[in-house]
Amino acid sequence: MRTDKEKPVSPSEIIAKSPQIDKVGVEERVARFQTRSIKNESKMQGLKMALSMIDLTTLEGKDTPGKVMQMCYKAAHLHDQFPDLPTVAAVCVYPSMVKIAHEALIGSNIQIASVATAFPSGQSTLEIKLNDTKFAVDQGATEIDMVISRGKFLSGEYNFVFDEICAVKEACGKARLKVILETGELVTLENVRKASDLAIHAGADFIKTSTGKIQPAATMQITYVMLMAIKDHFNATGKMVGMKPAGGISTAKLALHNLVMVNEILGPKWLDNQWFRFGASSLANDILMQILKTDTGLYQSADYFTID
Amino acid sequence: MERLEILKTYKIYIGGQFPRTESGRYYVISDKKGNPLANICLASRKDARNAVVAARKACGSWSEKTAFNRGQILYRIAEMLEGRKEQFVAELIKLGSTQKAAEKEVELSIDRIVYYAGWADKYQQISSTVNPVSSSHFNFSVLEPMGVVGVSCPQDSSLLGLVSTIIPVITGGNTVVALASESLPLCAITFAEVLNSSDVPGGVVNILTGTQKEVVATLASHMDVNALVGNTKDFNSFSEAAVDNLKRLISFDADWTKPEAHGLHFVSDVQEVKTTWHPIENIGGASSSY
Repeated sequence: MRTDKEKPVSPSEIIAKSPQIDKVGVEERVARFQTRSIKNESKMQGLKMALSMIDLTTLEGKDTPGKVMQMCYKAAHLHDQFPDLPTVAAVCVYPSMVKIAHEALIGSNIQIASVATAFPSGQSTLEIKLNDTKFAVDQGATEIDMVISRGKFLSGEYNFVFDEICAVKEACGKARLKVILETGELVTLENVRKASDLAIHAGADFIKTSTGKIQPAATMQITYVMLMAIKDHFNATGKMVGMKPAGGISTAKLALHNLVMVNEILGPKWLDNQWFRFGASSLANDILMQILKTDTGLYQSADYFTID
Repeated sequence: MERLEILKTYKIYIGGQFPRTESGRYYVISDKKGNPLANICLASRKDARNAVVAARKACGSWSEKTAFNRGQILYRIAEMLEGRKEQFVAELIKLGSTQKAAEKEVELSIDRIVYYAGWADKYQQISSTVNPVSSSHFNFSVLEPMGVVGVSCPQDSSLLGLVSTIIPVITGGNTVVALASESLPLCAITFAEVLNSSDVPGGVVNILTGTQKEVVATLASHMDVNALVGNTKDFNSFSEAAVDNLKRLISFDADWTKPEAHGLHFVSDVQEVKTTWHPIENIGGASSSY
């Protein structure tokens, strides 16, 4: 545990303190999370919790106002036939669609997350990235999902990456900042840990695995490494940072495994959509099908649920 | 030194692969003299659900293939079966057939597949209609595949019953989850090998071995199974479970060796009728031919 919690640290110091990762150990630990038996009552609770943590996402070049409005309706009315379902936590869209989402969600508690900073590649100038961020916030985004400059990170320019995150954080104002590491491009678990530590120290409210555009995305191994970074930071400073695995989590089963992992590493404080999110587009329907299956005993068909 | 015989492990067929049952259970079948013939997978409810998922996944691309292409693939199944005739004859004899009866059954099965291969690009034209209506519409009905169809194969027939019930269902663009005859399952799994090597995409036909009580009951209550084909007397116990998604139940009670055991209705029974009302200028008058 660090004692110099008040002293500002430089990016190179942060990186130097990032621990080595034992890949085999990570895999064994993660495998154990997948063997927990969850009884029906807890399963129902877990499924509803997972629903309430979803950032319902559409990030495609072919997105239209109609598509975004439809998704916003779905975010607030997941499956009205079934009583007492939560809404999702947020919708996640491109900056140009924030205004439409904002108007569609007036009167609900659903947050509006917008990707920014030249998503998904992040290959642009700082000025454009900051304008992108400010535009999204002005349009009504309450959360910003930024991407780090992976090229700079991999070539060792940690100061650059750190400063960029700080600058975007400032541009966010009151909006919460999620920092996307794009772990699929970081190659090793060690890099994932380093990037997590950098982002956390630079002021990220959330760290997020992926853009969803690159595979592999949110594997449990990667999420595990990031959760450990959050845990170490919490132990050292007492400050909570959120986690958002995104991309590739499309089944209720995988979502429950993730919740088990969060609970066992970070504890129940993080089992809340303030601190844990799933970035997903098709996960919601699978969870809904599982909820109905748990309730009726009948295996469900996609024919009776919305088309994503 | 005497050579050790390699015994075949009969597994189930899901999504184009041959896994063992996830339950790890099996049952033994014997020949007429009571000598054990093989260990057969006792498929679980979970296997049935996995098979439904595989069948649903295969549905889109199979139903979108051209009718002619489906016919070609069906004909290819017949070709492959012809090439492995002896293997099937030997298996049928193991299960208690005479040489002559076994040969006849395999030949009838091949002919039946060829018969449905011919129907693949014709049933639509024969069964679709243009309907007379008293308004300014061109009104026509066409057939569309139902989706995933569960088939409880005839208990008293090993190969011919399986072929006669499965093939017409896939002819019309559906995908199948089939439960083989409980007491005569050998040919079903060997037939899966034929399917696997004849350009039938994985998941279009899934074949399980086990009991009706477990597998058919699961299929009956499963919301993602659109229709169920089976023997009349097996259905009573499952029909109630099939109510929830208004599953269509199609029952048969046939002697599969007879000519009336094949026909167009075996294909069209597992089709939905889509009727289109197409607005046109008024041709509903006296001079109209519609």
